[in-house]
Amino acid sequence: MKTDNIRFFPSEKEYKKIVEEKTPNSKKVQGFLRAFWVGGVICVIGYFVGVLGEWIGFSEKNLPMFNASVLVYFGTLLTGLGIYDRIGKYAGAGSIVPITGFANSVCAPAMEFRREGVVTGIGAKLFTIAGPVLTFGISASVIYGFIYWLKEYVF
Amino acid sequence: MIDIWEIGKAFVVGGIICCFGQALLMYTKLTTARILVCFVVSGVILTAIGLYEPVVDFAGSGATVPLTGFGYSLAKGVQESVDELGWIGILIGGIKNTAAGITTAVFFSLMHALIFKPKTK
Repeated sequence: MKTDNIRFFPSEKEYKKIVEEKTPNSKKVQGFLRAFWVGGVICVIGYFVGVLGEWIGFSEKNLPMFNASVLVYFGTLLTGLGIYDRIGKYAGAGSIVPITGFANSVCAPAMEFRREGVVTGIGAKLFTIAGPVLTFGISASVIYGFIYWLKEYVF
Repeated sequence: MIDIWEIGKAFVVGGIICCFGQALLMYTKLTTARILVCFVVSGVILTAIGLYEPVVDFAGSGATVPLTGFGYSLAKGVQESVDELGWIGILIGGIKNTAAGITTAVFFSLMHALIFKPKTK
């Protein structure tokens, strides 16, 4: 039996290497450019939200919270409308890294698992991606808080 | 008010931070969840060692809108709470500053999941 030429099962590492070799460089450059300009534009939108918040009269302390909520709201709205998915396909990390990407990662699984019920579907799956983010983010902040407290107030 | 220089800085710095994410996405094949975790935790660490604050001062929303900014507000919040309340602030601070963002995400995701029908792929 001639099995030699179909017995090549690449390991995960080899597979990555093959994919890397086969991806043309122009495609990589394009990926970076798209991530750069879409991410940049979202940050500029954040700037305008900040200007709006200042105009409404938020204090400097509360402005970041207003800013975050507005961006997160539009992140979930665009996810709901199915627009964010399309932005994500185009922009890659340009849509994941901004806080709207966090909103998307909360809303998208919630919508996807809706048919599994409101409590066990939406309620539980809402945190599929946000869960780890909050777990490690909050834990990191607690560790930092402890170190900061020791440094400033104990020693 | 609206300042072209500020907009330019936000655009460039925000774009660069997203390019780090793109590099992770392309060269390491990390999943979205891991990239998000990486960014938030590195935001906390960078703030802790004092490297992120200057970036925020320089770029404004260019540094606070990416998820490293989420880590920044976690770390910043815990710092302020410890200054204000003592050791109990360790357990309060992180969420306090990010509460608005998290609550908005949870509440409106629930609402939108109830309102919108998922697109059939």
